[in-house]
Amino acid sequence: MLCVEQLTASIGGTQILKGLDLDVGAGEVHAIMGPNGSGKSTFAHTLAGRDGYEVGGTITLDGVDLLQMEPEARAAAGVFIGFQYPVEIPGVNNMYFLRTALNSVRRARGETEIGARDFLAIAYEAMDLVEMNRDFLNRAVNAGFSGGEKKRNEILQMAVMQPRLAVLDETDSGLDIDALRVVASGVNALRGAERSMIVITHYQRLLDYIKPDFVHVLVDGQIVESGDYTLALRLEEQGYADFVNHEHDDVPERPMSGAGT
Amino acid sequence: MSDTVREIEELTEAEYEYGFSTDLDTDIAPPGLTEDTVRLISAKKNEPDWLLDWRLKAFEAWKLMTEPDWAKLEIAPIDYQALSYWAAPKMKPVLDSMDDVDPDIRDMFDKLGIPLHEQKMLSNVAIDAIVDSVSVTTTFKATLAESGVIFCSFSEAVQEHPELVREHLGSVVPVRDNYFAALNSAVFSDGSFCYIPPGVRCPMELSTYFRINSQNTGQFERTLIIADDDSHVSYLEGCTAPQRDENQLHAAVVELVAKDRAEIKYSTVQNWYPGDENGLGGIYNFVTKRGRAHTDAKISWTQVETGSAITWKYPSVILQGDRSVGEFYSVALTSKRQQADTGSKMTHIGKDTKSTIISKGISASRGQNTYRGLVKMMRSAENARNYTQCDSLLLGSQCGAHTIPYIEVKNPTARVEHEASTSTVGEDQLYYCRQRGMSEEDAMSMIVNGFCRQVFDQLPMEFAVEAQRLLSISLEGSVG
Repeated sequence: MLCVEQLTASIGGTQILKGLDLDVGAGEVHAIMGPNGSGKSTFAHTLAGRDGYEVGGTITLDGVDLLQMEPEARAAAGVFIGFQYPVEIPGVNNMYFLRTALNSVRRARGETEIGARDFLAIAYEAMDLVEMNRDFLNRAVNAGFSGGEKKRNEILQMAVMQPRLAVLDETDSGLDIDALRVVASGVNALRGAERSMIVITHYQRLLDYIKPDFVHVLVDGQIVESGDYTLALRLEEQGYADFVNHEHDDVPERPMSGAGT
Repeated sequence: MSDTVREIEELTEAEYEYGFSTDLDTDIAPPGLTEDTVRLISAKKNEPDWLLDWRLKAFEAWKLMTEPDWAKLEIAPIDYQALSYWAAPKMKPVLDSMDDVDPDIRDMFDKLGIPLHEQKMLSNVAIDAIVDSVSVTTTFKATLAESGVIFCSFSEAVQEHPELVREHLGSVVPVRDNYFAALNSAVFSDGSFCYIPPGVRCPMELSTYFRINSQNTGQFERTLIIADDDSHVSYLEGCTAPQRDENQLHAAVVELVAKDRAEIKYSTVQNWYPGDENGLGGIYNFVTKRGRAHTDAKISWTQVETGSAITWKYPSVILQGDRSVGEFYSVALTSKRQQADTGSKMTHIGKDTKSTIISKGISASRGQNTYRGLVKMMRSAENARNYTQCDSLLLGSQCGAHTIPYIEVKNPTARVEHEASTSTVGEDQLYYCRQRGMSEEDAMSMIVNGFCRQVFDQLPMEFAVEAQRLLSISLEGSVG
């Protein structure tokens, strides 16, 4: 379904992804693990089409070339990123934002837009999934949300958008154990034969809750090892040291506010 | 220049959609301003002697005054002798019904989205339509009269209700108040007049729609709203002008009188022609708006300013009576080469008076936006309170935002709070919205509308929708 070949990405003259290959089949969940600065977030942004990167290689989703598309067109094609640091949009009602997002992709796909009442039913169902209070809908997007609330809001958006490919970028960071459980059970409920997921994480902890079909180790812009779930356990015990080429330490990540690895 | 900056600039180069002009048969005075001009205007309107004297006094005062230069505005010199001070579409002398409105004028308002046929009107809004110097029609007059509400053109009020006009004209904005108010007092042409009798809650929204049509004319309207004891009125004001290469002068005065326990809510959506991206043309908007709030009265100004090349405007409240309340909610957008110096003045005289100022300035392209406000606590203002919040949003790297608050406190029990912030629409925010499927333009307009939310919430429903649309248009590029 998703096919990534020889993907390269650089920013400001610094190469971050150096020939990344990845195939994700329909319904599969892949975990990408790696140390700080290995290019995990850059990979997510490259899939989403963020401005500012020089990108080479190919990415196709269901045979369609994503690299030629604007971020909003990729969203319409079914790409969803659960952000590590979701931004705040003061004054914009969460429900309005969600409905605009859903209707934007529906419009782009030539589907009919969803009215306010029908949308509410969709939103409520999604909110139950992440155990979210109904008054969340009337708050401004992420404004004043706690770290855990922001992450839950990302999963809520995913549940509403029903993407073809969901990329969760360090969704576990900053979550306490209860929030982690809620987020993970939301994600698990959204697993399905028609939906693929890429779970980017630092720690094996999240993978106790979201069991991946495959685990990949990303080091210095390349996938250096792939395996099944046991690879994650091995990493937990041994760390990344075996995989890291120390000559390439301190590769700078994309310099921008609020972004991580 | 980064991609984002360039995109923002493209987005903010909007087309002005009300730029058409209408070919009306117009009675226009030759350019120039002398005592004779003042006499001519007064004679055209068949005014009583006291009003002519009042105008002449204002004219004498104006001649001795100089243009204010304290605002952060760069203004090309205005040649007051090159302007015409009277322009009126010729029409039938008496309008028996809406059907008598000149079809050309009706078409013009239809094109502006303001149908003047009462039966075609969607909402519960009465409209006074003003073209150039005169009021062309006022709708729903009969309906309003049933509850005792007087809503008519200023000229008509002078003829029909001289005692009300004489008592209140200049009582809030004296003729010598400032250069532009003096000029307006001397040459004002028409405007709206409104009186709400004691205890009456005005059954519909009242609205004035201003349209400058003629070339090389100044527009000087005068609006007077009197809300008698325990009454309530909500008033809306909209304005547009044709797209012309030269600057046009607009110097209006609005006076509000809220008597004991009365409430006046005054909302403006100002969309005069802003000029082009090189700063050619556009309206010079010098407006004096002020209200006097008596005991337990409340005056609330809400403005959405997206037009004009120059905006110089400080809607103010004199909180004279004890426990009176003043509010100012403002969104000012400057794009292209627009400049705005706007804010509010709250003068607290009475005890336990309370004022709120919420100002949202948006600067895009090469726009310059200044908030200038004065909060004044007089010696008598025991326990008076003010809260001021000024937020600025910068779109692009060549625009500017400035905040200049003045605070004068002469009573130690008074409390004044001021908060200010400056932010930009982040690349991160746009990216986030686009990842969720929204186009860049939709994302931008959503974020900017979110920024203005506190102010839009104050507008009557139809106006809020209009304001959001206007803001989106002003921010959209040629795509829109």
